[in-house]
Amino acid sequence: MTFTLSVESEKIVDELLTRYPTQRAACLPLLHLCQRQEGWVSPGVVAYVAKRLGMPTSEVTGVVTFYTMYHQQPVAPNVVWVCRTLSCDLRGGREIQKHLEKRLGCGVGGTSKDGKFSLKTAECLAACGQAPMVQINDDFHENLTLDGLDRIIDELSAKTAAAAPASGDAAQKAEPADAAARVRAKTLMGIGNS
Amino acid sequence: MADFPKIITSRYGLPQSHTLKVAEQHGAYSAARMAFTTMKPEQIAVEVKDANIRGRGGAGFPAGVKWGFLPKDSKVAPYLVINADEGEPGTFKDRTLMELDPHRLVEGCLIAMRAVGAHVCYIYVRCELVTSIQRLEAAIEEASERGYVGKQPFGVDHATQIYVHMGAGAYICGEETALLNSLEGMRGEPRLKPPFPAVKGAFGAPTVVNNVETIASVPDIIRMGGKAWSDQSRLPRDGGTRLYGVSGHVKTPGVYEAPVGLTLRELIYDLGGGMLHADRPLKAVIPGGSSTPVLRPGDLVNAPDPAHPLHAWHGKSHIDVPMGVDTFRALGTMLGTCCAIVMDDSVNMVEAARNLMHFYSHESCGQCTPCREGTGWLHDVLENLCEGKGKLQDIDLLVDIANNMMGNTICAFADGTAMPMLGFLQKFRDEFVVVAKSGVPPHSLGATVRALGGVS
Repeated sequence: MTFTLSVESEKIVDELLTRYPTQRAACLPLLHLCQRQEGWVSPGVVAYVAKRLGMPTSEVTGVVTFYTMYHQQPVAPNVVWVCRTLSCDLRGGREIQKHLEKRLGCGVGGTSKDGKFSLKTAECLAACGQAPMVQINDDFHENLTLDGLDRIIDELSAKTAAAAPASGDAAQKAEPADAAARVRAKTLMGIGNS
Repeated sequence: MADFPKIITSRYGLPQSHTLKVAEQHGAYSAARMAFTTMKPEQIAVEVKDANIRGRGGAGFPAGVKWGFLPKDSKVAPYLVINADEGEPGTFKDRTLMELDPHRLVEGCLIAMRAVGAHVCYIYVRCELVTSIQRLEAAIEEASERGYVGKQPFGVDHATQIYVHMGAGAYICGEETALLNSLEGMRGEPRLKPPFPAVKGAFGAPTVVNNVETIASVPDIIRMGGKAWSDQSRLPRDGGTRLYGVSGHVKTPGVYEAPVGLTLRELIYDLGGGMLHADRPLKAVIPGGSSTPVLRPGDLVNAPDPAHPLHAWHGKSHIDVPMGVDTFRALGTMLGTCCAIVMDDSVNMVEAARNLMHFYSHESCGQCTPCREGTGWLHDVLENLCEGKGKLQDIDLLVDIANNMMGNTICAFADGTAMPMLGFLQKFRDEFVVVAKSGVPPHSLGATVRALGGVS
């Protein structure tokens, strides 16, 4: 159950704490950082964050349960978020969802039979002009067709098979396009460290 | 298509537009340099006031006036907080600025910090927008290396720091006091007001919270002068050009820059390329994000009184009224974020309402009972109606629930749910009656992926 952040990430936390006048303000970014390493917000993560920021675990749990992007249960290496809100729904979002349910063999909230994908629905992801769309891990896939979606799933599936299945979602990230951005983001937010 | 001047989007479309090199070759930071080296902070504020810029986040409050609410005698430096928690259904404009021209936002932050006396700025971005976060972080890094962000921007003793703060998935964090709680590491629940953020905001200090597009407009306001920038608009007291979004059943959905005062007809048929299917006419349009009540093209402005703010458009279709904060309020809806959701005649309005009320019931923070219960009830009743398990009395029940939510909560979320719900009920009551008897047929939302085929 015990969770420890990697030495490299601990340095990021030290830097994060300089950004705010209170320690507690680092709660959201720190939870993100831990989730990147652990794959979800485990009880061990909650205990670690509480100790690191001097907060009661109940308050950290209060934060975790408020926000949808913190996984309160373990998830598959790839998390597929289907946008279900109106602009996407007007352009076939529901069909995308049904197709994924069939293809992955699980319902929304479930995990595919091969354990590689978790399927979830998302509320508006600010891509209404490129509907229908899904977010998979860090990447937006927009203007989707069913064939295109199949290709994306095939590719990710192949990549996931090649990696060790238990290595968490960071191992399967597509390479971000922008190297400079990656360096900065990696230093401070722990994202994009593919 | 109309050829509008490109001001805030002047660098869109340039290769590598998000890098300092390209942005600076095309004018970035010249306004900040001017603001820091040749203008007094008060002069910057005057230009922004003269620009008549109405907040671009949805509420439409004059940005210059908002800055003026900061206490003059405060011993604590104010914070500047940028609301980049773009999440209002139908809205996808701020993301384009952060991805394609992050330096415009960074430059705007610098000028705004100079104007209000802030030294620290937090840009609160929803965590789903990974590319936006990466590009902003990189832009801040580049601007820091150049010294624009740091101890002495442009050689002037006014230290600046800009930090990106990631949200964690909660629409309510777009409400400014919920955003501040979230920034402070708490649950994103809105605060009771007063005190307003201008007096007691982030970390107990005076705080200005502005939308991404509002602040990204500031460099152009300084460069052109407030009045010249304001005059780009077609309307009085609502200045400039702005980003319009259009999604749903149009041929070319997307984000477009145009003068304030564009009509929905222009947005849909010119910028949006017209209706997606030639044989499927426009049935309804949600003008500026899902919280703004729906409009019908067949409704005509009824304003025979010359004193009425809409008299100039008396007898014209609602979609021919210029889109402005004041004009759309007079029309009984709101301008909101200026991002329209377009629906053709294949859409069942009860189904559309169900979709949106699912959103609100999922996103209510749960703090106030009328909102927590009301949003859930609205969705449950609509679910019953759509599934053919409803009854006629459900229609009045929806009205009753919505009326009990309005004005009874800490923040505007409940009103932003009740108003569009009542809008659907007022304008499409006949459709609710039919659905109450027989439910909605399948495929009641128009275009399918297959029908759209080949778009990728």
